[in-house]
Amino acid sequence: MNLYLECLTALTPEIMVIATALIVLLVDLAVVQAKPAAHRAALAGAITCLGCSLAMIWVALMPCSVHVAMLAVSPMTQWIKLSLLLMTFFAAVLSWHERFTRHAGEYFALLLLAAAGLMLLVSSDNLLMIFIALELLSISLYALAAFDKASLASSEAALKYLLFGGMSAAFTLFGISLVYGIAGDIQLGFIAGRLRGQPVEPVFYAALVMTLVGFAFKLAAAPFHLWAPDVYQGAPTPVASFIASGSKVASFFVLARILLTAFPGARGMASVSDFLPGWAPILMVLAVLSMVAGNVAAIVQTNVKRLLAYSAIAHAGYALLALLADQRHALSALLFYTITYAFTVLGAFAVVGVVEDSGRQASLGDFAGLSRRAPLLSFCMLVFMLSLAGIPPLSGFFGKFYVFTAAAAAPPQLSLLWLVVVGVAASAVSLYYYLQVLKQIYAVAPAPSATWPRPAFSAQVAIVMLAVIVIALGCAPDLLLGKITSLLKSHPF
Amino acid sequence: MPAWTIYISFLGAAFLMFLPGDDPRPARVTALLAALAGLACAAMGIIECRHHVAAGVLTDVANAPWIAELGIRYHLAADGISLVLVLLTGIAAVAGVLFSWNVENRSREFFALYLALIGGVYGVFLSVDLFLLFVFYEIAIIPKYFLIAIWGSTRREYGAMKLALYSFVGSAMVLVGLIAAYVVAGGKTFDLVELAKYPFPAAFQNWAFVLVFVGFAILAGLWPFHTWAPTGHVAAPTAASMLLAGVVMKLGAYGALRVAMTLFPIGLHTWQNTIAVLAVVGIVYGALVALVQQDFKFVIGYSSVSHMGFVLLGLMTLTQIGLSGAVLQMFSHGIIAGLLFAVVGRMVYDRTHTRDLAKLQPMNLNQVLPFAAVTFVVGCAASMGLPGFSGFIAELQVLVGAWQTFPVFAVLAAVGILVGAAYTLRVLLKAFFAEGVVDAQDLPRLQPITAPERAGTLLLLAATLIIGLYPRILMELITPSLNSPLMRPLWKAGLR
Repeated sequence: MNLYLECLTALTPEIMVIATALIVLLVDLAVVQAKPAAHRAALAGAITCLGCSLAMIWVALMPCSVHVAMLAVSPMTQWIKLSLLLMTFFAAVLSWHERFTRHAGEYFALLLLAAAGLMLLVSSDNLLMIFIALELLSISLYALAAFDKASLASSEAALKYLLFGGMSAAFTLFGISLVYGIAGDIQLGFIAGRLRGQPVEPVFYAALVMTLVGFAFKLAAAPFHLWAPDVYQGAPTPVASFIASGSKVASFFVLARILLTAFPGARGMASVSDFLPGWAPILMVLAVLSMVAGNVAAIVQTNVKRLLAYSAIAHAGYALLALLADQRHALSALLFYTITYAFTVLGAFAVVGVVEDSGRQASLGDFAGLSRRAPLLSFCMLVFMLSLAGIPPLSGFFGKFYVFTAAAAAPPQLSLLWLVVVGVAASAVSLYYYLQVLKQIYAVAPAPSATWPRPAFSAQVAIVMLAVIVIALGCAPDLLLGKITSLLKSHPF
Repeated sequence: MPAWTIYISFLGAAFLMFLPGDDPRPARVTALLAALAGLACAAMGIIECRHHVAAGVLTDVANAPWIAELGIRYHLAADGISLVLVLLTGIAAVAGVLFSWNVENRSREFFALYLALIGGVYGVFLSVDLFLLFVFYEIAIIPKYFLIAIWGSTRREYGAMKLALYSFVGSAMVLVGLIAAYVVAGGKTFDLVELAKYPFPAAFQNWAFVLVFVGFAILAGLWPFHTWAPTGHVAAPTAASMLLAGVVMKLGAYGALRVAMTLFPIGLHTWQNTIAVLAVVGIVYGALVALVQQDFKFVIGYSSVSHMGFVLLGLMTLTQIGLSGAVLQMFSHGIIAGLLFAVVGRMVYDRTHTRDLAKLQPMNLNQVLPFAAVTFVVGCAASMGLPGFSGFIAELQVLVGAWQTFPVFAVLAAVGILVGAAYTLRVLLKAFFAEGVVDAQDLPRLQPITAPERAGTLLLLAATLIIGLYPRILMELITPSLNSPLMRPLWKAGLR
């Protein structure tokens, strides 16, 4: 009895989110079906935001530390959930005024289900549960990506996402089954115990590779990134922003959790001189490929959403560096980096969405002269782009700096410095394409006949809030970092 | 007090950003007030810190924990060298605003970016924490890009992007070096004073020094990484080229001295000769290329490369006189290049809309714009290093220092000075004193020189003359600073 009660308490935020999803569906179906689409979207969006806020309040106020059955809830995961809910909240706000669908209820319900998937993902330490949560998330996202029924690109994106995703899920599941075969357990902590002292055998290595393939897909790390540009471009913009933010943060967190709690002994060595098999060399390959491929491909993009997709690939590469770093800084660097990245990219997509609302595409030329008509919006875009490029005093700079420092400090000292060099060089390249966007906004004159975006008030507030977050976390990283490190010190996971 | 230079500039930039309307008047008045306040703070900072400077110690300006996890502190401090450069920045900032008085197009944004750039530059000169220094260093990159890309002239987007990428690549190199040094020293602090005490292994220093030194020196126009400088200067609007040549190139030299040389003295020793060769090549090459340019602004752009070569050569001499000469040359070149760019960009180009020497030749500018002609003559005299101007003292000291360390290079650099005289006289003749139309009616009608231009000219001329005639004002700041705790590693490396 107590066990169930404990589980229920621990899962309350997830239950709240799922309940909200059902309420949204019901209200939309039963109460407002006859109303115009815009009203329905506003109502469904409002309920979604309310549900997220309630869940956030619950998470923030109810300290919870449970480790029963398949759940592992700690202040750390609660806190990650809080940020995930916040990202969902922003994604919902940005969806309010989108016109791509008449099925507002279904849209927001799926968004909430995806959020529930994210939350379950971070609150489990059982491989099977992790897989189920991952699927809940993925399937919701496939459907969300296809939501713009009028657009061929949206369907194509969703189909691509589904095919790639299904394939990689199969890989992950196969990898998990191999791990189970070797270790005889699917609980992360126990796996570590069983594997302690064992050498990395070929079967185990195969299991590692298979599991990592699935995650590399979710993170859009090269060479498993091919879906990302099409999905980011084709999917409705708020959905793309959600895929790029929340889904990424949760996946990175879980990946770190799996690698650091289940396979700490199988790290291997990534330095070229004394190579040892393990997950570190695999991550190293993924990181280098992502940083190089993402940044190089982004240079030639003319569509801003596609550009952001390639930049997302590159950023996945930087974040992987953090995972390779030494244990003490690895997680805090990873979390700081992914969370600040998520807020930045949410903001960037939000601005793109506003521009698209004025009947434009998201190609570079559509941004020409934006600063003349929408100075505040342009300034926010400036903040987001420069943060992605890693210019101080914005949060993207400190994130990258911390990741690079952590990677350089990975024992043995400076053995990963060459990876840092690759990262820094790639990041220097990236300034070029971010500046291309800003050049259009600030330096190029607008086309005379252009129509201009009138951003909805809610979207504008959300964008400004995101910009403030990005600036504040850049100027005072301790706001976030202090919290992360204190949590990590008291509750390793 | 010196810290206020930073805050005032950024506050001014933020204020301008939120100032409503397109009227240029409040924008430029705000910018002028902010620049003047910055200059005042710089001057007061010198007065305030003079006792500390004379005693050869650092004056802490601000010191507070910032990012505890990595041991990063918000630590600003000043010694004589940084104060000299802060003063230079103040003067250049005020002059730049005065010479941008005619910017009407999006002036609010122009001055906001301008002040943001200035704030970043002040910050670099005052930071002791290397993370903080790097932050300010990068903050300065983006405003440069926009100033050139939006308000520039010839091939502005190309020039702006080239400058931004060169700067960013340079700072990327510096970043790798800094992170490596931080990790090797135990990962506890980015404080320059603390790090400078750490004995980095020689093998590490040998590569880290090149990385960090070259990374910074790219911005100082080190040959062969100087190519951003002429294109950037030419593309930039007047005020931006004044700042580029006047202070931004000094950021590079300052970083090379403050960070690369003090952190890695052994590496410095290894690479001393190589870099001295590059510096001399820069001096001679820059001067020779300037000799054959047809674009008025390119001449000044290449001359900047040549003059900055003296700074780098001075640093490499590792003699007291050479180092103080290098710092003085930074100040002197900042003022003189600012003056020359002001004449070319504001007085001539904004009126005639051409910088082609062949087209300027028949215009008889010495009759049409006598004020510009006189200013340019004086500026040229200073630039050639005639006694009585700041350039003379500075380059003489560098040459004396170079003579002690590498006599051959001193001779070659002296050749560079001769070529310098040649291109300066050539451009002076072609642009202002060529035999052109004699008939007064055929002279082009140009807008007369305005009051802000006169004020800016006077400010810059006064600065170069005062320092030229009475260099002790700055030397009293620079010389004791060579003994400050920050410079101790250089003494170990063989500074004489």
